[in-house]
Amino acid sequence: MLRGILGKTFRLVGYTIQYACIAHCAFEYVGGVVMCSGPSMEPTIQNSDIVCAENLSRHFYGIQRGDIVIAKSPSDPKSNICKRVIGLEGDKILTSRPSDFFKSHNYVPTGHVWLEGDNLQNSTDSRYYGPVPYGLIRGRIFFKYYFDAEKLFLTEEAGERA
Amino acid sequence: MTAGMAQSQGWVTRYFKAFCKGFFVAVPVAVTFLDRVACVARVEGASMQPSLNPGGSQSSDVVLLNHWKVRNFEVQRGDIVSLVSPKNPEQKIIKRVIALEGDIVKTIGHKNRYVKVPRGHIWVEGDHHGHSFDSNSFGPVSLGLLHAHATHILWPPERWQKLESVLPPERLPVQSEKESLHGSP
Repeated sequence: MLRGILGKTFRLVGYTIQYACIAHCAFEYVGGVVMCSGPSMEPTIQNSDIVCAENLSRHFYGIQRGDIVIAKSPSDPKSNICKRVIGLEGDKILTSRPSDFFKSHNYVPTGHVWLEGDNLQNSTDSRYYGPVPYGLIRGRIFFKYYFDAEKLFLTEEAGERA
Repeated sequence: MTAGMAQSQGWVTRYFKAFCKGFFVAVPVAVTFLDRVACVARVEGASMQPSLNPGGSQSSDVVLLNHWKVRNFEVQRGDIVSLVSPKNPEQKIIKRVIALEGDIVKTIGHKNRYVKVPRGHIWVEGDHHGHSFDSNSFGPVSLGLLHAHATHILWPPERWQKLESVLPPERLPVQSEKESLHGSP
């Protein structure tokens, strides 16, 4: 009986390892579903929105201006940021912060990108921590789940009254 | 269709199914191991002489890269690490960690004489100063670019050794915020 239990445990461990590895390969090389938090990409992406990210573009260096990307935060490698690519290497970018009096322009250095959130008033991005190395980019967002919560409540109320 | 042919077709299908099953197990497991646990790499260039590649282009060292050790982005001063090059994301570079976040380093050839390493960044240098494209050229690098910790030289056999995390005394940071786990003078 002990051998039967041992056999079953080993098989369970084996399947777990196998599926964990398949999951790693899928998230690393293909893409996955991510939940974004924070107000820095409003109105494009709201707080707690669910989006789909694909990782093929970054492996084939196909990230373009205007793409929304997920990247590792330059100041905290364990957290991710979600911003729009405003400039690629070599582009001339307006680098001054909204609070600065004098506007300053700069070129994005090689191997880096310039990221900005859509909600410029409330976004900590390249205007604060500078250009972000391309190697920190994890994936490109291409799809957002749109979920209209208000519509759902109204329909339920109407159903109860009728 | 004769009975013999039907039997051999059954054998082919079974073999094909077994092959697919093995393939879809082996490939993800191997890829995950090489990405997350450890892999090997050949070192090119002279930027880490004499620790790595002392013979120049005649014989390139092959090192063991340990991803598992840096899964939480924990490195110590003196570690030899591989990272994604900040100037060219297609390339990996291998350098020694000189300073951690909060340290103030005295630079060699950087535009500023003293640099304070920002939060989430490290300062890396090659052992062969002057022949190394490192933080003295591109500044502090973000920990997110960290790829692996080089722990051993595997080839050539006469150079089998464990790579020690040694910080040359002349490269100690001028001021450090974090205490190093290794003894420091």
